[in-house]
Parts: sequence; C-alpha cells; structure tokens
Amino acid sequence: MLADVSAPIEIAGLVKHFGTVHALDGLDLTVAEGEVHGYLGPNGSGKSTTIRVLLGLLRADEGSVRLLGGDPWREAADLHRRLAYVPGDVSLWPNLTGGEVIDLLGRLRGGLDERRRAELVERFELDPTKKGRTYSKGNRQKVALVAALASDVELLLLDEPTSGLDPLMGEVFEQCVDEFREQGGTALLSSHVLAEVEQLCDRVSILRSGRCVETGTLSELRHLTRTTVRAETERPPGGLASLPGVHDLVVEGRRAAFEVDTAELDTVLGVLHAAGIRTMSATPPTLEELFLRHYGDAVPTAAPVDAS
Amino acid sequence: MTGTWLLVRHYVRRDRWMVLWWALGITLLYWSQAVSVKGLYTTQAEFDRAAAMMETNTAFVAMAGPARALNTIGGQVTWQATAFGAITVGLMSMFLVVRHTRAEEETGRDELLRAAAVGRQATTAATLVVALLANLLVGAMVALSLVTFPLAAADSIALGVGLAAVGAVFTGTALLAAQLGSSPRAAYGLTGAVMGAAYVLRAIGDVGDGTLSWLSPIGWYQGMHAFSGLRWWPVLLLLAAAAATTVGAVLVFARRDFGAGVLVDRPGPDRAGGLLGTPEGLAWRLQRGSVIGWSAGLFLTGLSYGSLGDDVGDLMGDSEMSRDLFAQAGGALVDAFYATAILMLALLACGYAVSSAIRPRRDEDEGRVEVLLATGLSRQRWLLAQVLLTVAGSALVLGAGGLGLGIGFALTSGDSGAVGRYFVATLPLLAPVLVLSGLARLLFGVVPRWTSLAWAGLLFAVVILLFGPLFKMPEWLQDLSPFHHLALVPAEPFRWAPFLVLGAIAAALSVAGQAAFRRRDVEVR
Ligand SMILES: Nc1ncnc2c1ncn2[C@@H]1O[C@H](COP(=O)(O)OP(=O)(O)O)[C@@H](O)[C@H]1O
Ligand SMILES: [Mg+2]
Repeated sequence: MLADVSAPIEIAGLVKHFGTVHALDGLDLTVAEGEVHGYLGPNGSGKSTTIRVLLGLLRADEGSVRLLGGDPWREAADLHRRLAYVPGDVSLWPNLTGGEVIDLLGRLRGGLDERRRAELVERFELDPTKKGRTYSKGNRQKVALVAALASDVELLLLDEPTSGLDPLMGEVFEQCVDEFREQGGTALLSSHVLAEVEQLCDRVSILRSGRCVETGTLSELRHLTRTTVRAETERPPGGLASLPGVHDLVVEGRRAAFEVDTAELDTVLGVLHAAGIRTMSATPPTLEELFLRHYGDAVPTAAPVDAS
Repeated sequence: MTGTWLLVRHYVRRDRWMVLWWALGITLLYWSQAVSVKGLYTTQAEFDRAAAMMETNTAFVAMAGPARALNTIGGQVTWQATAFGAITVGLMSMFLVVRHTRAEEETGRDELLRAAAVGRQATTAATLVVALLANLLVGAMVALSLVTFPLAAADSIALGVGLAAVGAVFTGTALLAAQLGSSPRAAYGLTGAVMGAAYVLRAIGDVGDGTLSWLSPIGWYQGMHAFSGLRWWPVLLLLAAAAATTVGAVLVFARRDFGAGVLVDRPGPDRAGGLLGTPEGLAWRLQRGSVIGWSAGLFLTGLSYGSLGDDVGDLMGDSEMSRDLFAQAGGALVDAFYATAILMLALLACGYAVSSAIRPRRDEDEGRVEVLLATGLSRQRWLLAQVLLTVAGSALVLGAGGLGLGIGFALTSGDSGAVGRYFVATLPLLAPVLVLSGLARLLFGVVPRWTSLAWAGLLFAVVILLFGPLFKMPEWLQDLSPFHHLALVPAEPFRWAPFLVLGAIAAALSVAGQAAFRRRDVEVR
C-alpha cells in the first residue's frame, strides 16, 4: 500500500542513536487511517523508541516523522490532544489514587467521556480508590488503559499494553480495541508476542535491530509461522512424517513432538485425532524463533555502530 | 534458618558503605559537640553562665533533653547529641530493615530467594543480624571517639551502648512495621511515627515533670544520665523493648501471607478534585506535604533561635571561635548572632528548595513524566509549573523561619516589633536560596543524570559558612557561595545590589535550564 498523504503515522528513514547504540537505524513505517497496526519485534529492537519519537519525547537524529499530519517534535502538545498513549511499564504517583490519575490525564488531554470512563472502570475491574503505590503492574496498566480508552481520540499508541494483564483482562482489552476500530480509530500496537498481534491487527510490521524487515497483512505474514506441537495419543500416530509441512518430527512411542506450518495445522490435527489425543499442546513460535529461522543469525538487542 | 548466614554476607556486602557513612556521620555528631563546646568557652565562669542560661530555656530542653550538668563537656555532649543521635540511628536502622524486608518483598526478589533453599524466616533473621551489627558499630565508634577525646571512659561507653540499644529498639520497630504495613512507604511511615512519638513524648516529659519521658526509648537512653551520675539499668528497658518488637515481628511474619500486610492502605477518592486539572495544581498536590512539613520545621527552628532573646551574649561565650562563628559581620553580638541565625535558616530552606527543584528529575527517572507529556501538556508548561512551586514554596518555607525567629524573640524579650523586623530581614535570603534551586534546574536541563549534584552546591555553601572564616579560606572561594554576598541584616544595613544580582543569576540559571530541557530527549529507563 502506498503511503497516503493523510496517513496518521508516516515514518521514513528514521535514525535514533543513544551514544553508541543504534536504537533505530533507518526505520520506515506507515500506519493507515482506521487500521490497527501491529508493531512486532523482540525486546530491544526499538519499538518503544519509535513510539517515544512519535510522541516528541525523543528527538529524531535523521529521517522524517509525521504524526496526524504534523511534526511530533514541534507541535507535540497540540497533536497529543488527538491521541492517547499507554506505556509498557506504567508508573504512577505513589499517593494519587487510580481514579485521580485517570481524571488528571483525561483533563490534560482535553476531557473524558464520563459514561465511557465508568463503563471501562467496571469492565477492567479496576478499584479506582487505591493509591498508586499499592497497585500491581497489571493494575497500573489498567489505570493508563482506562485513561486512554475513555478519551475521545483518533489515535492510540499502545506500547506492549497487555504485558501485565491476566488473560481475562487481555480479552477485555482486545474488545475495547475492536470497538475503537469500529468507530474509525487508528491504533499502533507494539508487542513482542506474535499471538497477541494476530488476534487484533489488520496489518503488521516486524522490526529487527531498529529496521522494519517485514510489513503486510497477517495472511501475508502467515507463511512465516510454524506451530510447535506436542501430543500424547492412545496409539502411536502413524504417517506424520509423510505429511507436508511437518518438520523436526520426534516420535517416542505414543508421544510425538514436531513443528508444523500453521497452514497445515488442520490436516495434522486430523491425523492426531485419528490416533486418539490424550494430551496436546500447540505453541505458536516466539518471535525470536521466527527471526532465527528466517534471518539465520542471533537476534542482537541493538546493532552497535560500526565504522562504516 | 538455612541460608541466614549466606544472606548476612550478601547484605553486609551491599550495605557496608552506606552503614559506614551513617556511622561516621553519627560519630561526628557526638564528637563535634565535644570539640565545639571545648573551644567555645575560655573560662569556667563563662561556661557556668551559658549553662545556667540554657537550662532555663524551655525550647532547648524540649528540643534536646533534660538539662543535666550542662557546665561540663560531657554533660553538653549528652544533652546536645543524644536525642538527635537516637533519631539518626533509628533512621539508619529503619532504612536497613525496610530495604531488606518489605521493599524486597514488593519487588518480588524476595520471592525468588524464598523459593531457593532459604528458610522462611531467613530474611528476617539476616536483616536483624545486619542491623544489630550496624548499631553496634555506631555505638562502638561513638564510644571510642569520646573515650579518646578524652572524656570519662565509663560515661562515654554508656553513651555508645545506649545508642546501640536505642538503635536495636528502632530496628525491632521497623521489623514489626515492615510486617504490618503492606508497602515500603507504609513501613517507613509507621516506623517514623513511632520515632516521632518517642521524640515528642520525651520533649513533653522533659519540659514537664519527666513522667512522659519514661514512655519513650529516647527518654530511657537519656535516663542513663551519662556524665551526671551514670546508671546502667535503663539499658535493660531498651533491650526488653527491642526483644519485644522483634518477637512481635517474627510472630506476625509467621501468620501472614507473602506480599500481604496486616494494615491495609486507606482508600482514597475515586475522582480527582478540581486541583488536579492543571500542572500547577498537580505540582501543589504532590509537594504540599513537603512544603507544609518544611515550613513547620523552619518555623520551630526559628522559634527556638528567637527564644534566646537578648541573652545570646552569655550563651556565646567570649572565645575567638565564637566570635569567628557568630560575628562575621562585626557589630553588636546580638545582631551578629541573629544575622547568622537567619543565614542558618536560609540554608535549611535551601534543603527544601533543592529537594523541590530535583523532583522533576525523579518524576522523569521513574517514568511518570512520560505519561504526562503524552497529553496536551507541553514540556515548557509542565516545567514552569514545577518552577513556580519551587519558588513559591521556598518563599513560604523561608518566611516561616523568619516569622518563627521574630515571634520567638518577641515572646522572650517583649519587643513585639521584632516580629516584622526579623521576618523582613529573612526575605532577601530567598535570592541565594533560589540560586541553588536554579543550579538544580540547569543541571536538569543540561545533564539530567547529575541533577542531584545540586546538593553538593548546598553542601559547599554550608562548609563555606561554617568554616570559611574559621580556616581563613581564600576570598574567591568563599565568593563562590551564593550566601556570602548579601548584607548581614540586622548586623549590617540592607544593600540592594547583591540581592538583585543574585536574583538575576537565579533567574538566568533557571531559564537556561528550562530552555535546555525543551531541546533534549526525555529520558526513560
Ligand atoms: N535512553 C536510552 N539510553 C540508551 N540506550 C537506550 C535508551 N533507550 C533505549 N535504548 C536502547 O535502544 C534499543 C531499543 O530499545 P527499545 O526501543 O526500548 O526497544 P523495545 O521497546 O523494542 O524493547 C535497546 O538496545 C535499548 O537498550
Ligand atoms: Mg519496549
């Protein structure tokens, strides 16, 4: 897809150093209006740095960055009224309550939707009367999520927003993002967990060492994924080895462990089912595994500057 | 208790420098009293006169303790150092204990330890051992410094032993508080409240008939009557209290769940009040406790200086040292004393100003600024609100000190005009105070990691004020201190020029810091 002039996020050739560390090294990223864009990369690949540049908290060393049609460094405060941000590790003021923080952030952003605020507090099962110092990581994240989702904004910047939430709350979060998209909102959702992004995102960009290495819809990226399957069956499962898309198969009696291209998962499960499944686990690949497979070398946390 | 000794070794390695600094500081507190008292009075008659004056000063007795044998060096050391020594050794114990118990539990590191082959009570036991060792070290160093001064050996040792025992009481208190409260802050709050109560009970007791002092561990320590008829039995009270609180902590620990406390935090409001909609409102909400606390502290300090009234001449003695210390401006001794008292108040107010000016850095470092600046709040507006609060808060804190000084003087001398006079004389000191907060602002803008270095600026100013003239430091060095330029009112007439120049420097530093902050990255962990 070509970059639309009015795309909410347009980044080209973005470079950001911290001393000798190249956190971002020629990053290109476009997020189109109305999409939830997954921003994937292992820890240290530069996701948070990108979002902080977008927020005008960090200054770009090189490259061009447009946010909602403006310059995020110079027009930060004005642009921020039209977006909401949830950091990965929310830290709150020890003696302000969660409710106070939600209101504070909402007011500074230009107002909250009262009805939505009440509804979100309920859905996330947040106790807004507790002091910041007593909240767990997950609850601090809920405070930031409620504050963000209760504001009337066009764009959400979410930096690993579910890293502290339990699965149930993760689901509530996914519903909320879905609703936000239905109302025409745009979101950038960073994550290092592929499965989470698969649930939510229309398009995905994959980041590695400060550079975008893949962009596309999920089905375009699906060819990258293999699922790890472990199963114990009533009878030894026959014929697995001859199935297309099965790799690294190890069979020990009635136990089998192998990897399978996600597209072939159904066929393989059929075979296992025929052998009578007793226990089974299927794990999507971690990002690191995926990178290792497709790029063939270890994933460094960031590229060191070299002389060239 | 498997693993206790392993943990003890680990804690000792982690804490040794911190404990050493505390021990040196507390030893210096005792030893420097001996040195300064010895240098202050040239004849015993002078010493007797000063002692008689101090004995009848209620504010001093409330602050320090029962007035006994004040015309001896040992008596003075006991009087001046024990209450503060007890509080400092309590603070040391509290930080040590909470750091290894509740704080570790909150970060979850403790859980890892407990999952490893470490006995359930091992953290508590190891913390207790390390804190007691630290207290013993402090006690031994204090005793040694006084014995070698030389003061009477038995009484010197008693001051050290009593101090270690008070430390043990507050160690037990902190251990218990760490079990009762459900966060480090709650544990600090509880321990601090107990220490505060111990101090206040003995203050009321010492001013009155002494009964209430027997409810306070600090009172027991001072009840040993070092250098004025030493008796040892109050140590038993201290040891019993230390044992009781420690046993209490062990019992509570055995009965509660991991991560839980016994006392739960009181819930707060679920909606923000009108204040929390502007950056100024937020800054005030976050700092009002500290503004009020510092103001009250300075008011009381001013009050106790002021309550010396016109009698300061007797108190100061006539030695060269006291003339150097208190008569830097020449002129009448009373005026010179109050000019110096005002300088002291300003240095204390500077403590607030610097702590307030480095707060933005703390908020940045701990990641709270990030969420704030991702809203419609601009960087400049956020920082400006912080600056406004620092300036207004400093004025308030300093003003409270000046008011206390004036009121104290007026109450003692009956000269009601002193209230306004001393209050007004204090205000110009706002300029040098703000120079140091401006320095913090500049560091924050240019080299944020070093913002805390502004404390070194304050330390420098204190050293220059106390020792500059005494050691005849070169004039250019003394001129570097912003407190070295103003006219010393009331000993000298007020001059506008240095005040305006200092004010301009403060403003320039602050503006430069704000401009630099606009251009730099917001740092996050
Ligand atoms: N303020 C900083 N100073 C120095 N290095 C930094 C700073 N912020 C990020 N980095 C480095 O930049 C790289 C990218 O970090 P980040 O954007 O946080 O990655 P991610 O969010 O994808 O985990 C990492 O190597 C990190 O150590
Ligand atoms: Mg990150």
